[in-house]
Amino acid sequence: MLQSLPTWADYLASALVIMGALFALIGSFGLLRLPDFMTRLHAPTKNTTLGVGGIILGSTLYFSVSSGLSLHELLIAIFLFLTAPISAHLLAKAGLHLEYKMIKETQDLRKKPEQYSDKDD
Amino acid sequence: MSKILPAPWLSLFLLVFWLLLQNSVSFGLIILGAVFAVLIPLYTHRARDFSIRVRKPLILVQYAVLLLIDIIISNFNIAAVILTPRRKIKPALFEYPLDITGEVPITMLASTISLTPGTISAELGRDGRSLLIHALNVHDVEAVKRQIKERYERRLQEIFQC
Repeated sequence: MLQSLPTWADYLASALVIMGALFALIGSFGLLRLPDFMTRLHAPTKNTTLGVGGIILGSTLYFSVSSGLSLHELLIAIFLFLTAPISAHLLAKAGLHLEYKMIKETQDLRKKPEQYSDKDD
Repeated sequence: MSKILPAPWLSLFLLVFWLLLQNSVSFGLIILGAVFAVLIPLYTHRARDFSIRVRKPLILVQYAVLLLIDIIISNFNIAAVILTPRRKIKPALFEYPLDITGEVPITMLASTISLTPGTISAELGRDGRSLLIHALNVHDVEAVKRQIKERYERRLQEIFQC
């Protein structure tokens, strides 16, 4: 199945895949580096969209050039864009309900913080 | 029209979806996909307790393009924050007052906020009139609110007329 591609497609597809992999790596790295639960959420939810996006584009390009138009990778992107914000939302919600500690630089502008919490006093 | 096609957008989406799944386009596949696209909405119609009416499809397309560009920018921003060694970040947790109403528009706005630069929607207020947003690195909360209002909420309001 593996065929040689024209040089431009080869380079472009490799660049896309490497870019995607880099962003996925940075996202995972962010999990390690950011200081608290809420900020840590930002890294994987955002960077995996472009990470997977880059790999999908690379795959689309490779198979489109080598064996006729191939677009079903786009479905992965659609599902990811539908589900990534929802999982982020649910994780954030759970974090708030459990009152995870946030770093002290956080500007907490909630008018009634207790309405987001489930903790019994 | 409404008897046979209760949800024309859903039908169109299903047809495109079917063709993407098959990964090829031929006359037979389009016919089979069209049959599914008509039958599935008819069958699931009773279970849908919300209705969406897209009043301005063109702005919806424009919105999607804008969102895609913003997602790419957002990825670079977050990557910069992660990779800069020990930079002081200033997260914020704030309430954002909603002007739009309806489940679908609010869901779309909340998802948009989660996908774009440094913000995550964390919760919908109990009264459904505000969103709680966590931002990764902001210095001026009012500016962020203004940006969300002007960039996204305005457009969604126009698209759904709500």
